[in-house]
Amino acid sequence: MNTAFQEKELLKGLAKSDKKAAETIYKDNYNMVQALIINNNGSSDDARDVFQETMIVLYEKAKSGTFELNCQLKTFIYSVSRRLWLKRLNQMQKYGGQIENMVETVPVEEEIEGHEQRNDQFQAMEKSMMNLGEPCKSLIEAYYLQKRNMTEIAGSFGYTNADNAKNQKYKCLMRLKKLFFAQHKNKEK
Amino acid sequence: MEDIQLSDAVERFLLGQMDAGELSRFEQLRKSNPEVDQFVVEHSLFLNQLNEFGERKQFRSGLQEIHNNLLDKGSIKNLAPKAKVIDLFKKYRRVWAVAASIAGIIAITISGLVAYFIPNLTKPQLEQLSREISIQKKIIRALTNEVRDSSKITRVPINETFKFGGTGFLIDAKGYMVTNAHVIKGAKTIIVQSRGQEYKAALVSVDTERDLAILKIDDNEFKPFASLPYGFKKSGADLGEQIFTLGFPRDEIVYGEGYMSASTGNNGDTMSCQITIAANPGNSGGPVFNKNGEVVGILSTRQLQAQGFVFAVTAKNIFKSLEELKKDTTYQNIKINTVSSVKGMERPQQIKKIEDCVFLVKTYQ
Repeated sequence: MNTAFQEKELLKGLAKSDKKAAETIYKDNYNMVQALIINNNGSSDDARDVFQETMIVLYEKAKSGTFELNCQLKTFIYSVSRRLWLKRLNQMQKYGGQIENMVETVPVEEEIEGHEQRNDQFQAMEKSMMNLGEPCKSLIEAYYLQKRNMTEIAGSFGYTNADNAKNQKYKCLMRLKKLFFAQHKNKEK
Repeated sequence: MEDIQLSDAVERFLLGQMDAGELSRFEQLRKSNPEVDQFVVEHSLFLNQLNEFGERKQFRSGLQEIHNNLLDKGSIKNLAPKAKVIDLFKKYRRVWAVAASIAGIIAITISGLVAYFIPNLTKPQLEQLSREISIQKKIIRALTNEVRDSSKITRVPINETFKFGGTGFLIDAKGYMVTNAHVIKGAKTIIVQSRGQEYKAALVSVDTERDLAILKIDDNEFKPFASLPYGFKKSGADLGEQIFTLGFPRDEIVYGEGYMSASTGNNGDTMSCQITIAANPGNSGGPVFNKNGEVVGILSTRQLQAQGFVFAVTAKNIFKSLEELKKDTTYQNIKINTVSSVKGMERPQQIKKIEDCVFLVKTYQ
């Protein structure tokens, strides 16, 4: 099996949230990224944050279905991590110039930009969830994030039946939607 | 259709849980009712967002789990960050560079300024004891007429003004004399005068470093002396030694008496010494004798801020200056007398012998 094929399989697995694939990619690339960060003013905590952020970029790229890897997976990960770390260094005003290049890089500006836009949206969602309050937050999390079924939820939340829980969930969802779009509008202003 | 049902329908639509009949009815409704369509679009967007949010959250916590697993297995290791000091150095490297440059520039500027201003500051502290004379032309004319009337010959150049006056004295019987460099500074014509008789003098050499100038009386009227009554003492004078001087703070020769007070001059200047004596402008270039009638120095400057601080260039410098001059073969026959013939005499007798060799130096510009 050649590496290109292996990497394609890994990305397919990653898109399906396959733990095995994620772990393989993690294991094969983490040390490289850590070396980069440590050699450029970072700590191992910074390395973990940057690498996981990179993994998320990769994950979302893989899931989008339109992702075509034109270079080695390693190069892509290195490039994204490097770009993310540069951005963070700039924000901390620790450094303004180039950071030392270990290996070749590919341009990843578009990926980073898309990733940051999604980050903004998710932050808006996170904030809306925080403002939602209980029991709405738990109810929404249980149904939409953990994908538990209505009868089970009704039981654990103390609703008399699934319909009742569904009703409540609907009201919560509408409130969350309102909060989310309000956040979104604020952002755009 | 109630909103709750619509919301439910959108969810099922997104999950692909609708059967064909329901799906067509749903599509039909969207087409016929723009409001419903609007809601569906908006709601799908929102639900997708919520869904992705959930997936990302889960993926992120999954990653953390993987990270911890791999750490436990030893597949990845936490590297220690580089030493903090290096970190700080790297962080502030530019700041340091900038600060160091600024410090360097400031240091250079300050030392430059100090070097520039110090000489300007000390100069006014010291007054060079040459005499600046601004006698109106009329008086000069009157004086020269008077001089002409007498049998003595005047050397006053026409159309030049008498500017500075100082004192000079012979170092060689043939007519070589020494005075301060600042006395003859800028002079076009130098006239020396003794006992009312003026002689033309030529500038032989100027040693501004030691503030010494050597002149030669260049006049037919001048009759060389057989020998000089005084000698030169290379080692100078000791502290506390009695000294006396002869000079021309006015047109008449003036005697002054004092003592040697310090072996260095202003600000530790080793070329000169400090003496306590009454000195006034015009005394510059005058000889400083010890009690034996040996020249130990040349009176040159006084401090303005304090009374009694007069500085004299030590006799040693006359020797040095002459040595340099003697490199030129024309002047190799200059001899400095080191033996005083007035030793042991009473002071008035000493002065009578010496005063012929001390001249008023007048410069014209």
